[in-house]
Amino acid sequence: MSAETAETVVQGIDLARHYEVKRGMFAGQATVKALAGASFELKAGKTLAVVGESGCGKSTLARLVTLIEKPTSGQLLIDGADVTAAEGETLRKLRQEVQIVFQDPYGSLNPRKKVGTIIEEPVVINTKESAPARRERAEAMMARVGLRPEHYARYPHMFSGGQRQRIAVARALMLRPRMLVADEPVSALDVSIQAQVLNLLMDLQEELELAYLFISHDLSVVRLIADEVMVMYLGRPVEQGARDAIFERPAHPYTRALLASTPAVDPKHRGQRIQLKGELPSPLDPPPGCAFHRRCPHVTEICAQERPALSDHDGRRIACHHAAAIG
Amino acid sequence: MASIAETNRISKAPPGPLREFWHYFRENHGAVAGLAVVLVLVFLAAFADVVAPHSPFEQYRDAFLQPPVWQEGGSLEFFLGTDATGRDILSRIIHGSRLSLLIGCIAVTLSLSVGIALGLLAAFFRTAADALIMRLMDVILAVPSLLLALVIVAILGPGLVNAMIAVAVVYVPHYVRLARASAMTELSKDYVTASRVSGAGLFRLMLITVLPNCMPPLIVQATLGFSSAVLDAAALGFLGVGAQPPTPEWGAMLADAREFILRAWWVVTFPGLAILITVLAFNLMGDGLRDALDPKLKRS
Repeated sequence: MSAETAETVVQGIDLARHYEVKRGMFAGQATVKALAGASFELKAGKTLAVVGESGCGKSTLARLVTLIEKPTSGQLLIDGADVTAAEGETLRKLRQEVQIVFQDPYGSLNPRKKVGTIIEEPVVINTKESAPARRERAEAMMARVGLRPEHYARYPHMFSGGQRQRIAVARALMLRPRMLVADEPVSALDVSIQAQVLNLLMDLQEELELAYLFISHDLSVVRLIADEVMVMYLGRPVEQGARDAIFERPAHPYTRALLASTPAVDPKHRGQRIQLKGELPSPLDPPPGCAFHRRCPHVTEICAQERPALSDHDGRRIACHHAAAIG
Repeated sequence: MASIAETNRISKAPPGPLREFWHYFRENHGAVAGLAVVLVLVFLAAFADVVAPHSPFEQYRDAFLQPPVWQEGGSLEFFLGTDATGRDILSRIIHGSRLSLLIGCIAVTLSLSVGIALGLLAAFFRTAADALIMRLMDVILAVPSLLLALVIVAILGPGLVNAMIAVAVVYVPHYVRLARASAMTELSKDYVTASRVSGAGLFRLMLITVLPNCMPPLIVQATLGFSSAVLDAAALGFLGVGAQPPTPEWGAMLADAREFILRAWWVVTFPGLAILITVLAFNLMGDGLRDALDPKLKRS
């Protein structure tokens, strides 16, 4: 199925999420713009990877898309229906369309429940299926993710990290969602296990036409699995486009620095290292103008004054005043 | 294939949670001794009618204040002697164990269930219920426990049932704090979020997802609280507002014997010892439970 004909499963329009934080007894409240406006479109069977440093709003985006939290502003459409306005039964139906696999496989499974109970929980909550039918479905799903039938009656602490992640994937797929949010699903795993879990995720995507929102800071993993990439910095996307365009010809200075920081084995492929000065600014007090200007090697006067908007350039969307000059 | 090798590695199942628990519990000899005493007490309480040599209420007119068997003037008929109205002390202590265990069970069950309910509410509704519930608990904790129990009994009227309620109220804050603290820790974990994403409602999250993971510290607190409840109920009995005579309650027995404390040491010593041994046994067992259930103290 080509990208043009695939239907859009989830669409975010200018999603934002602000948090109110107390700064102390007398200082009053401050607003943290964890996510300051992200738009994206996700088609069935495709993967959108979100990359960026810690604190750039990746996980907040995941929490919004899985309806754990409501956006402060913006719209989230699942199958064309606006989730932000939905309530009651409609919301319950929409909720089933999006499921999540967490980063830490040791915290995401209830230690007091058997694997079978964990995998069946979404079915118990959302349908009136009988116990034998449920069990049959759970065992079929376990076989599909590479678990054996005798694992049904065991507790999570008897499993390794990779197998726990398989259990988490099985649980997420029990309601036959159209989209899976994967919040750094392999970063807590052994490198040798990472490939197994990634292969499983890719096989399942092909088989079930799943859309993935893949959150990661591991660019080599992203390069392997993504169709589209969204690079985020301080709550905003700075560059967003097809994987090949971004990996072959990164245009935003931040994307370039990010790509240059990935270690490469082959010396021929090692690009020039771009060292970023300074730290990620505090989201409590973001710099004026372009959020990246204090660390950017191409900074000019306009960068400190005006925030660049996302605009089309060379087959991707990019937020930089000098995209044309340095691209 | 790699994934099959991975599954084979764990196919030899580790010991079940109960066996693992017993393995750790067994290493603590004091706890095992406590458990043994508790089991004996439960046996005595259950079969008091069969085990006790006499009725706890029967007054033997020819044997007032008879000393225990090993003292001069004692007889095998009344092994631990008799009290001022000629009742067999051993039989009264055996029947008293029934009351003490009952008081402990009911008071602990009451305060545990109320404590869990309030603690979970406080943890789930951080904005509204939390402040209200926790300040109320702080107020209860600020009043000396025995004084508060006395006040509650004074309001409800003296009697064994009211004494149990009073003791339960006094110990509620401990359970509320524990339940709230562990529920808050669990709430931040991903498996709770996962339940939320699959659509779990409030009651499911509270009772099925979170509560079972909060139980170990609560079980320990309940065991230790059991002994405090027995002790407080005895104190209320001693002050005359708990079990009413002629009920063979240990605290009330002490109160009855107060005036003979110099002439007949056995009337106060044996009920006192019964209280001491029971409380000690439950405390030892509670310590062992904590060591066995707390993963941080586990040696692996």
